Amino acid sequence: MNTTALISTVTASFLGSFVEVVEAFTIVLAVALTRSWRPALTGSAAALAVLVVLVLIFGPLFALIPIEVLQFVVGVLLILFGMRWLRKAILRASGYIALHDEAAAFAKETDALKRQAADKRADWLAGMAAFKAVLLEGVEVVFIVIAVGAAHGLTLYAGLGALAAVIVVLLIGVLVHKPLSQVPENALKFAVGLMLTAFGIFWTGEGLGAAWPGADLSLLGLLVILAVFAFAAVTVMTAARAKLGAAE
Amino acid sequence: MSFITSVFKELVGLFVDDGNLALQVVALIAAVTVLVKGLAVPGIWGAALLLLGCLAILTLSLRRMLKR
Repeated sequence: MNTTALISTVTASFLGSFVEVVEAFTIVLAVALTRSWRPALTGSAAALAVLVVLVLIFGPLFALIPIEVLQFVVGVLLILFGMRWLRKAILRASGYIALHDEAAAFAKETDALKRQAADKRADWLAGMAAFKAVLLEGVEVVFIVIAVGAAHGLTLYAGLGALAAVIVVLLIGVLVHKPLSQVPENALKFAVGLMLTAFGIFWTGEGLGAAWPGADLSLLGLLVILAVFAFAAVTVMTAARAKLGAAE
Repeated sequence: MSFITSVFKELVGLFVDDGNLALQVVALIAAVTVLVKGLAVPGIWGAALLLLGCLAILTLSLRRMLKR
């Protein structure tokens, strides 16, 4: 087994899943502390059940797709997904959009739940909030696991990376019992955006029949090129913003 | 129904944030695929073009943000 592919797959899966689970945890915790643990856990369990059903239905289909087609399709989706993350990360790092703040997300969700407190369906609505959060973030985790793992037959290891992320977030969450706002989420998202875009370009290239120099090591090369570009972009964007601020 | 619509919108939003960026990426991949599969350009050149194209598209997207 190729060590570069294994380490990069598990790392990308762990980090990508970690930030998604932190976001889902924030909403579930807001539901639990504002209403009660019952709708929070019921909504979360229902979402996990839907995710398991989706994986059981669609998972075996991947084995039927020729590897080159799978690499190409996954690569294209990863480029779209990764570049979206990377663009946002550059804009956040250079101050054009606000940094993601789990404490603010928690306060917003808590506020929304409190406004629904008088509604006789309050528990149902709270459960649906937890369901939606876990389902959407869960779909992202499933996508990340499949996208970084399937095209190289490393889905199991990518899944273990994601599972480790879930366990770490839950352990920290149980210990601190508040939104995980100390997690350097914006830096993690920057790293994950770089990794997913690198994986996307790599898989799409493989799907097109490109023989990458150094095989899987090319992934690291792509990562370095993207990182240099992204940090240069942040420097230029930050300078332009400062110039604009000075002119006003 | 609004719940399903909002879930669907968020699922689409996973891949499409800046619509121009997404369209340009799809057009780039289509063009590279035509070059490699249709015009027999070596795959590695196609991959290099894909990397450069992605960087150019990201630059254009960031420039649009700068001009706002």
